[in-house]
Amino acid sequence: MIRSALFAAATALLALACSAAAQDVAIINANVAIGDGGDPIEGATVLVQRGKVVAAGRNISIPADTPTLDGSGTWVTPGLVLAVTDLGLADVGAVSQSNDKAAAKSRFNAALDIAPAINPESLHIKVSRAAGLTRAVVVPSHGGSLFAGQGAIIALGSDGKAVRHPRALQLVALDEGGAQISGGGRAASFAELRNALREARDYAAGRWSGEDNLLTRADAEALSPVASGKQKLFVEVERASDIRAVLALKAEFAQIDMVLVGVSEGWLVADEIAAAGVPVVADALDDLPSSFEQLGATQSNVGRMAKVGVKVAIGRFAGSTDGHPRSLAQFAGNLVALTRVPGATGLSWGQALAAITSVPADIAGHGGHFGVLSPGAHGDLVIWDGDPLEVSSAPMKVFIDGVEQSLENHQTRLRDRYRDLDESDLPKAYDH
Amino acid sequence: MAMSVARILAMAGGAFALTACSADSDTGGVNSVSAKAASPAMAETPYPSTYKSYPGVPTALVGATVYDGAGGVIPGGTVLFADGKVEAVGLKLATKGYRVIDGTGKFVTPGIIDAHSHLGNYPSPSVDAHEDGNELTSPITPEVWAEHSVWPQDPGFGRALANGGVTAMQILPGSSNLMGGRSVTLKNVPSRTVQGMKFPGAPYGMKMACGENPKRFYGSKGRMPSTRMGNFAVNRQTWLDAKAYDGEKRDLAKETLKGVLDDEILVHNHCYRADEMALVMDMAKEIGYRVTAFHHAVEAYKIGDLLRENDVCAAIWADWFGFKMESYDGIPENAALLQQAGACVIIHSDSANGIQRLNQEAAKAQAAGARMGIDIPDAQVIRWLTLNAAKAMGIDAMTGSLETGKMADLVLWNGDPLSVYSRPEKVWIDGALMFDATNPKHRPVSDFELGQPGEGDVK
Repeated sequence: MIRSALFAAATALLALACSAAAQDVAIINANVAIGDGGDPIEGATVLVQRGKVVAAGRNISIPADTPTLDGSGTWVTPGLVLAVTDLGLADVGAVSQSNDKAAAKSRFNAALDIAPAINPESLHIKVSRAAGLTRAVVVPSHGGSLFAGQGAIIALGSDGKAVRHPRALQLVALDEGGAQISGGGRAASFAELRNALREARDYAAGRWSGEDNLLTRADAEALSPVASGKQKLFVEVERASDIRAVLALKAEFAQIDMVLVGVSEGWLVADEIAAAGVPVVADALDDLPSSFEQLGATQSNVGRMAKVGVKVAIGRFAGSTDGHPRSLAQFAGNLVALTRVPGATGLSWGQALAAITSVPADIAGHGGHFGVLSPGAHGDLVIWDGDPLEVSSAPMKVFIDGVEQSLENHQTRLRDRYRDLDESDLPKAYDH
Repeated sequence: MAMSVARILAMAGGAFALTACSADSDTGGVNSVSAKAASPAMAETPYPSTYKSYPGVPTALVGATVYDGAGGVIPGGTVLFADGKVEAVGLKLATKGYRVIDGTGKFVTPGIIDAHSHLGNYPSPSVDAHEDGNELTSPITPEVWAEHSVWPQDPGFGRALANGGVTAMQILPGSSNLMGGRSVTLKNVPSRTVQGMKFPGAPYGMKMACGENPKRFYGSKGRMPSTRMGNFAVNRQTWLDAKAYDGEKRDLAKETLKGVLDDEILVHNHCYRADEMALVMDMAKEIGYRVTAFHHAVEAYKIGDLLRENDVCAAIWADWFGFKMESYDGIPENAALLQQAGACVIIHSDSANGIQRLNQEAAKAQAAGARMGIDIPDAQVIRWLTLNAAKAMGIDAMTGSLETGKMADLVLWNGDPLSVYSRPEKVWIDGALMFDATNPKHRPVSDFELGQPGEGDVK
């Protein structure tokens, strides 16, 4: 019933859905969630013009001739934003030729720029788009160096222009993995980091000679904006004591614009993270002591950090199994479930949605520009057939910059081909 | 999610592919497996179960929506259990003499059963010293038994209980080997020993694996198999040799294979691709054994008819795909298409994280079907996680559904178990309360977690 209402009203839109141009559109009578942490607004309207959100809420006047969808029974949210991921870097993880996540044998590290490796036609991007994701922060993986390289902010549109903000951040590992890479111990990774930042500052100041340096010229150049705070430094860290050590770096390198990533034991030092004003991209549901740096892992981690004022997004979806990006909304919904578990700390529904929309956008440095249905934001929105955080719900329509996106992909074609197993006339290969 | 992006990469490329093994299946109303759980061979099995149920009180769950695990639902039903057994399930049953628990607005299901887990043999913390799931020295190791690798202190068991409502599971060897060894079925009850967890009377399974893992691992060492045809050749010769086994000089490998040929040990075959599953089913016919379930059967939807005709279950994830070549055609409608074809569906985890959310995975698979016009009732979906898994593990006469006389393994959920917002509130195993969300003292804390950060936390 939900669908018939929407699609009956959608006829006018169908023609423009095929066009690549941004379309004016109004959705009325929907449950609209702004993405700012608030509750959904019933019977609300979202108006998008020239690819931008104009208004969202109640009592919004719609200009004449604006194509209008009746969203009765549907929910509308900003397009989901994935705070940290490897989306678009591999077609098949275990097929090494298709996998650009890491470059372990490269002579460079911090200079590695992931932007040209991102494939907008990746099945994983298309599947994630069909799950309501419209923007993501894509990061390389650590190959043989403490610095993984520079991540990019992408849009998940079908226009082939995924990369919107290349070189948006540098990723460094100050966790167990980083220690192993740096020479076998945490002391080595901190020494590597300090040296690298010092050399980067020397490079920026014109004091870099090319000799007596450990970094290559390209890596020193790449780290210069990190040292000056012009490029964000995403720091992978898990253990409470490591988080403290990382926060202490702020005193030594005051200009660094830091984001913590992972942070399984963040709840143990949540007040200190909040006081430092450093935002967090956390694994939402880690609750196993998978390593000795995650002994305190609990699903209440995100909620406990948020409760004391840490700005925390859900992220680090990688690979194609437990944490495929398509599961982003499900994981957020689990944090709402915790509010009904005695002794656990979760997020309100509005907070949980914000943790996968406005908060990651804000952490990425684009607060107000996407991940929120506020005036002037990109026209990224999703029309859902139910509560977007519920596992049974799915997007009906996805817009990026006001352009309705195709939700078709390899999976939907397989679904349609194998809807039945009838080969009485011709083999399945002719069913297309 | 528990590990860094780099770790995930490493797993997807190597270690993970080795540990991700086969899938188990179940018959969706077709024929049950014919395990002879009480055969003489089983009675002589060493390392016997020492599990005994813990004390319980006669309990009446009243007013909840009851899914019986067999496909039935009773709104506002009553479940009575005592002495470790389900006594009655119905409407408005007399509750005198029972501890009455008000389930209004809540839901009751049988205990969730995972047909594919590596808890204990790939435990947390996942350090090298804990890699005990694959005997990586030969592609044919039917002589190894998973129970000899299971670490009962794996904190993952407790998470599966508290967050997933899991009361029983099959621990399988990994999938690097064509024949990976015997599985073990466990009650999810903490114990000092693995024998204390072994499910009394459960038949053994044997893990097999087709496809990429065996040929890659052994081919890279310059030994057979290095191809899919090599996989089959090694398997067939091994079976033929086993058929000639006379038992005079004990051979542990052939004892396992003989158990399969005698229909006492159930074959759980990791197999992703449809064409390979079809070949394996013909190999089983050639040799004279049966495949109980294909695990990780991401392409099962392409051969739902063959699986139904051969009475082989498909044990699957809801939507995993694209992490290895043979998983590229995975689609979220797999379970629904199988159900539509009349084949047997099991939702499994193969994951210490996923086992905590099997109910959500089933709900996703159900919803994907509904969106393509295949409507599967909630009560049938619950069966994917309970009775169907029990059938594939050969324990369906004892557990997996709420029927009079069966083990009182059940979960009281604080809401609809097919909703993301619901969690187990109480879990009973053999009538003993093993988890109570309202009582911090009533959740298991493994030895490993004592005195550590977060000991006894909600997790």
